This record gives sequence, structure tokens and C-alpha cells, in this order.
Amino acid sequence: MSTRYLPYVLILPTLVFLCAFFLYPFALVTRQAFGTGDGVSLDTFREVTSYWKFPISLQNTMLLAAAVVPVQLALALLMATMVNRMKKGRDLVLYVWTIPLGISDLAAGIIWLAIFEQSGFLNSMMLGLGVIDRPTAFLSYQHPGMIFLAIALAEIWRATAIMLVILVAGIGLIPKEYYEAAEVFGASPWQRFRKITLPLLRPSLQTALILRVVLAFEVFAVVAALGGTIFPVLMGEIYAYQFDLQNGGAAAALALIVLGISIVFTLIILRVLRVPKGATI
Amino acid sequence: MTEALVTPQSARSVISAGRVVYLTAVVLLCAWVLVPLYFLVINTLSSPATVNSFPKPLIPEFDLGSLRFFAGFGGMLDALKNSIIVASMTMVMSIVIGAPAGYALSRFEFRGKELFRILILLTRAFPLPLLALPLAVLFIRTGLDDTTFGLALVHTTLAIPFAVLITYSLFSGIPVELEEAAWTLGCTRFQAFIKVVLPLILPGITASAIFAFVISWNEVFAAAVLTIQSRTLTAFLLQTLGEAPMHLKFAGGFILVVPALIFIFAVRKYLFAMWGIANR
Repeated sequence: MSTRYLPYVLILPTLVFLCAFFLYPFALVTRQAFGTGDGVSLDTFREVTSYWKFPISLQNTMLLAAAVVPVQLALALLMATMVNRMKKGRDLVLYVWTIPLGISDLAAGIIWLAIFEQSGFLNSMMLGLGVIDRPTAFLSYQHPGMIFLAIALAEIWRATAIMLVILVAGIGLIPKEYYEAAEVFGASPWQRFRKITLPLLRPSLQTALILRVVLAFEVFAVVAALGGTIFPVLMGEIYAYQFDLQNGGAAAALALIVLGISIVFTLIILRVLRVPKGATI
Repeated sequence: MTEALVTPQSARSVISAGRVVYLTAVVLLCAWVLVPLYFLVINTLSSPATVNSFPKPLIPEFDLGSLRFFAGFGGMLDALKNSIIVASMTMVMSIVIGAPAGYALSRFEFRGKELFRILILLTRAFPLPLLALPLAVLFIRTGLDDTTFGLALVHTTLAIPFAVLITYSLFSGIPVELEEAAWTLGCTRFQAFIKVVLPLILPGITASAIFAFVISWNEVFAAAVLTIQSRTLTAFLLQTLGEAPMHLKFAGGFILVVPALIFIFAVRKYLFAMWGIANR
């Protein structure tokens, strides 16, 4: 076989697969959302957005992302710089810190349920310390703030690792000479972080943030395990439309709204953290 | 003069104070990851009665009652089996389909290469599980609904971008000169690949296969939407969240976590190569 066609033969399986299970379903979901029988209409979107649960689930999803992602970014940056100057035990520490990467959102929800449930470990420890004399039902509708906190903590616990991996890989690419030079000129660790690490880490920060923000809008199983129906989020509503209400069109429309939000935020991150042309390490 | 006050001794104590803060932070962050896992272990290795009691002990009593209840719960072992089947199929399909593309990206310059790379990256910026919605309808028409294979197809879509990008960076790490040497010694392109590249790449391929397994094993949304009878473990746990007793949830969560722990340990060296960057 001639070398000219070989690369196309090699990428063909992936291409066919992605067309069949990524582009084609995407087209289907679009048609299902816009089409009600014949012609294009926005009826389904109107139906979905006027439902009383829509504003609250949109607000919850956004608030959760706004609370979780900045903390994760700061934590991942801190962990990555700490690992970077580590000599002994680096592999062990990195393994421990990346464990949550392999843990599903459902399992993470269940793990934090063990802590926050009424007979859980938080109540047990508070009782042991004498702070309270009877367990509180944290995850009930009387404590919406606690539910939010539990979900946010579970998300931060679970999904910081993915950012950490990307940032550690990115920091590894920054030449050590820059730091040595900065040290010679008397830059403090904080200055080195501000003037070398952050600017040169921009491509990795971009990837990490896009991935994390998109996944934050998809939050679903953690919420299902901890908040149930008390804390509605967009993905949970899509699931409810598809399953409990058997309304495929509405599920599709809501899915497109989530998709739209994801794309808007991806573009914003790409724009804000754009890498100047020709500025590579 | 102020500088004179900074004697070598006090400078050293400043450094060691910084060191203490640094080490404390490392230990605290490790505890932040490990302690919640430890709580799950306590609950899993306690009898159902203890799991539902209050206050909770801080050491496990090593009672297998909860796990036995989990194994005996109707449909749970089937769900576990389905999870393993779907994840294994995903693992094989994503590597068989994705690895050739990774090889093509690392070895050839061809027209449309950039477009292909953008398509791959695009899939990562999409809430992919949402695509399970239209596929649910499509699968009913083709008889793939509620089958492990149908779900494995969707999970493969999730895993392929990673498979392509990981194998791309792995292949890029192997000098093309090795292959060229084999060609000059009379190997065909295919023989050179089998005899020279494949042995070198095998551990990395295994790691990315394991990664694909974990992606499928952990996926909740598509699994819950696409299966009814042949539910995977995640789908089963999600649908019983409302009514299931606490000890069942915790045992299920534990079973979900264990393979993940082993897998992350197995692939830890490749985690960083995965992001298109050569190994540390």
C-alpha cells in the first residue's frame, strides 16, 4: 500500500466511529429538540425553560460550578507547585493525590454520604467532641446550605486530580533554567510563581479549565447521591425528562442548552487565556 | 544594620519553619484524599447494624455482613458482571480503533491532519453522555437497546479521544529511526511495526487500555439511560439510591472504588504522558 493513503486508512476506523456515535447523534439530538413533527420550532425550548424547575436547576448548576472550579484551580496549582520541588516521596504523594481520578462521581457521592448522612461520621465526630448532643439531618430540605457544601466538597475532592495531572505535566515542560535565572536575580518564590510558572503554564491552564468547567456543568451522580431531588441540577432534569416523564424532545432541548453553555464557556476560556502567537516554550 | 541580625542560625530556623509548613501541607492534602476513603472502608467492613447505628466507630470491625448483603441483593451480581463486560469491550474497541489513528498522527504529515485533531479535541469539550439520549431511540430501532454491546459503543466514544491522544504521545516517544533501521534490514512497514515498535509500546498500550476500562466502569449517565434489564453497577446503584439501605450503598460504592484504585496505581507512570506530553 502506498504511504500516501496509509494515514487515511489508519484514521478511518476512528473517523467512522466518531461520525456514527458523535456527529450523527449530535445531529439527531438537534433535530429532536427543534422539530415537533414538521418544521423547525422553538416550542420544546419554550416548554423546557418555562418549567418551574428550570431556573432553579440552572442556578444551582452555575453556582456549584462557580464555587467548585476556582477552589479546584487554586488547590491544583498549589499541589502541582508543591510536587514540583519535591525530591523524596514524589511518586507516592502523586499517587495518593491522583487516586480520586479513578473514582466515579457516583462513588464520590456515596463516600461523602458516609460523612454527611444523619448517622454519618461528621455527626459522630461532633458528638464525640461534645459540640452537639443529637445528630442533625444535614442532607434534608431544612439545610440547603449543608447540601450545597456537601456536594461542593465531594466535587472538589473528586475532580481536583484531573487538573493536577494536567498542571503537573505542564510545569514539567517549563525549563529549569528560567527558575535558576530568576533565583540569581533574587526573585522570591512567589515572584517566580507569578512571573514564570503562571504565564508559561497558560496552555495547560486552558486545557485544565475547559475540561473541568465542561464537566462541572455535567454534574449529576454526586448530586443524585447527596441531594436527591432537593437540589435539582440540569443533568438531573435531563435524566428526569428522559426517564420519569418519558419526554425525549424536552430532554434533547435541555441537553442542547447544557451544550450551548459549555461551548460559550469554552470560548470564553480560550479567549481569556489565549496563548500569544509564536509564544511557545 | 538589619542584615547583621540575620545570623546563619536564624536563617536556618526560617528555612526549617518553612519546611515544617510545607510538610504539614503535604500530609494534610494526603489526608484530605485518604480520610474520606477510610470512612468508606469502615462502613463497608462493618455489619449492617453498625452501619445504621449512631455514633459510628472510627475503626472497622472487619465484619463481612454488608458485603455479603451486597452479593445477595437481587440483580447486584449481574450488574457487576455487566459492568465488567461493558468495560472490557470498551477497552478492546477503543484501543483497536484508536491506536492506529494515534500512530498515523505521530508518523505522518497528511492533509486534514489538523482537522482530525480538532475533531478529537472537540469531543473532549462536549458533554458526551448527552449523546446517549438520541442513541437510546436509535438503538431500539436496531435492536441494540438494553444490550451491553450498545452501551459499550457509547463508552467507546467516550474513551476513543483519550486512546488516540495517549497512543499519539506514546508513539511520538519512539524514534522513527528505529523503524527506518528495520526497513533497511529488509522488514516491511508492517513487520517493522510488529517486531520493533509493538514490543516497545506494549506497556503504554496496556496503560491506555486500562484507562479506557476505568472510563467505562465509572460512567453513570449513559449507562442509566441506555440500560434497563442489563444494568451496569453504576446504573443499578443510581436507580436504587432512593430506596436502598445505607449498607448496600456503601458496599456498592466500595466495589466501585477498588478497581479504580488498582488501575490508577497500574497506570500512574503514564498519567502524565496522557496529556500529550512525553513521560517525566
